[in-house]
Amino acid sequence: MSILVFIEGSEGVLKKSSKEAISYAAQAGSILNDQEIVAVVLGSYDESILSNLGSNGATKVINVEGDVFAENQIGVFSDSIQGIMTDNDIKLLVMIKSSFSDNIGGRIAGKTGASVVSSVISLPDVSNGFKVNKSIFTGKAATTVSVNGDIKVLIVNKNTVELQESGDIAPVEKIQVSSDIEVKIKITGKEKAEGDILLEDADIVVSGGRGLKGPENWGIIEDLAKALGAATGCSKPVSDVGWRPHHEHVGQTGVKVSPNLYIAVGISGAIQHLAGVNSSKVLVAINNDPEAPFFKAADYGIVGDAFEVLPKLTEKIKSL
Amino acid sequence: MKILVCITHVPDTTAKITFIDNNTKLNESGIQFIIGPYDDFALARAIELKETHGATVTVLNVGEANTEPTIRKALAIGADDAIRINTAPTDSMYVAHQIADAIKQEAYDLILMGRESIDYNSGVVHGIVGALLDIPSVSPVMVLDIEGTTVKISREIEGGKEFLEVELPIVAGCQEPIAEWKIPNMRGIMTARSKPLKVVEPVAFNHSTETVSYENPPEKGSVKLVDAENAEDLIDLLKNEAKVL
Repeated sequence: MSILVFIEGSEGVLKKSSKEAISYAAQAGSILNDQEIVAVVLGSYDESILSNLGSNGATKVINVEGDVFAENQIGVFSDSIQGIMTDNDIKLLVMIKSSFSDNIGGRIAGKTGASVVSSVISLPDVSNGFKVNKSIFTGKAATTVSVNGDIKVLIVNKNTVELQESGDIAPVEKIQVSSDIEVKIKITGKEKAEGDILLEDADIVVSGGRGLKGPENWGIIEDLAKALGAATGCSKPVSDVGWRPHHEHVGQTGVKVSPNLYIAVGISGAIQHLAGVNSSKVLVAINNDPEAPFFKAADYGIVGDAFEVLPKLTEKIKSL
Repeated sequence: MKILVCITHVPDTTAKITFIDNNTKLNESGIQFIIGPYDDFALARAIELKETHGATVTVLNVGEANTEPTIRKALAIGADDAIRINTAPTDSMYVAHQIADAIKQEAYDLILMGRESIDYNSGVVHGIVGALLDIPSVSPVMVLDIEGTTVKISREIEGGKEFLEVELPIVAGCQEPIAEWKIPNMRGIMTARSKPLKVVEPVAFNHSTETVSYENPPEKGSVKLVDAENAEDLIDLLKNEAKVL
């Protein structure tokens, strides 16, 4: 039996976090005795990019090309992957959680009747049935879920397993999707946000809060982020007053991030903000208020004036 | 145009989440329940569309009788009537089947809900409902306008936004800034009491997942403070101790 893994990408680049799904599937495969880990990529990508998915744990890569995959279309992608599942009698589909994969996982579950679990944070436990842990209340709690369906769709949170990089290469099979794909949604345009590094995909995030006093002071955040190769984020009050764009809002009702390193500058640490960052590996708080709740959640902290502290950090990074 | 807004009844975002009965049940004591924040955005946009396009707005909740104050609040905000499907919302697939069944009874043009519920954070119900009804689903939607039978949408994608056009009927999972939250006024609260709230029994459907137990994350160890005078020492710690640089 094979495990199918959906890999997201756009414009010729596969999403790094998405590849973690292959490493997850490879580890799940050894638990489930499923030897074949099949990564599915829709759209046109360089052969080497596809075969390199072997490094992350894929034993085979299925690639479907076609103009219809030029954009990440919810209906087109979910119908195509569902077709591949049916043709190959796939019982387990794995993908990394994103604002796109939620759509895909939901539609495929609706069409196939699969049991779908989203925000998965553990490998399957098959000692008694099939159980996984899932994050709930935006990371404030977790629950163990028994997954009963014959077909299963797991939408896995980033950082659930380490991305495996063995250097292996996987064979790539080009296939045609058998069913006719109907395009019901027309994409009329796209707008790119500023900044090169995706907040959701970043290894390091530097976020600013009201402690920065105004949007004109964001330079010190951007300098540090640039030195670290980090994405920039902000707290909800900051995006609410328009100092920063909405898509930078990190928190329970904004973007949830799980980078290796999250640096919060002048953010007090409201429970809603912490909920959006608590799956980060290391949390750093920089705040002039020693009573800021963020210090209770942080691994490292500096009590001090951001305007003095940040330039020192930036200089130090540049000197490394 | 007939708009259906699906709402969740969830703990307020500031709620401290704990469990009782040997970690098998949410401790509801002291928790204030609200309309899911994303659902609240969807509802606000539905009310705006009603004002500009002359629609009827029905709210739907899958939940037991304790969710009725939350449903009444949605009516106070401006929905015309409500449906409560009398069952606990225990699983995305189960909830989606209940919603899809209600839609089959009444042929709504536009089905709005939040991008996800803030309790289970699954974000898959809109997709399942769309697939079950074989109509398009889109999420997360930040702008939604209607021209004739065409819906014009701006959807958040990682690294930007995407502009879409799609024909009604559709399902949309909504988020900020699709509309400003609406606060019910006194007149709304008064009229909400007499607006129809229909209670229907769930359709039979097997639960495809089951919750076994809950847990809270382990407490964090204490923070390691670095003196602001020697702030650069933090970088050494992150590099050599935490190994994240």
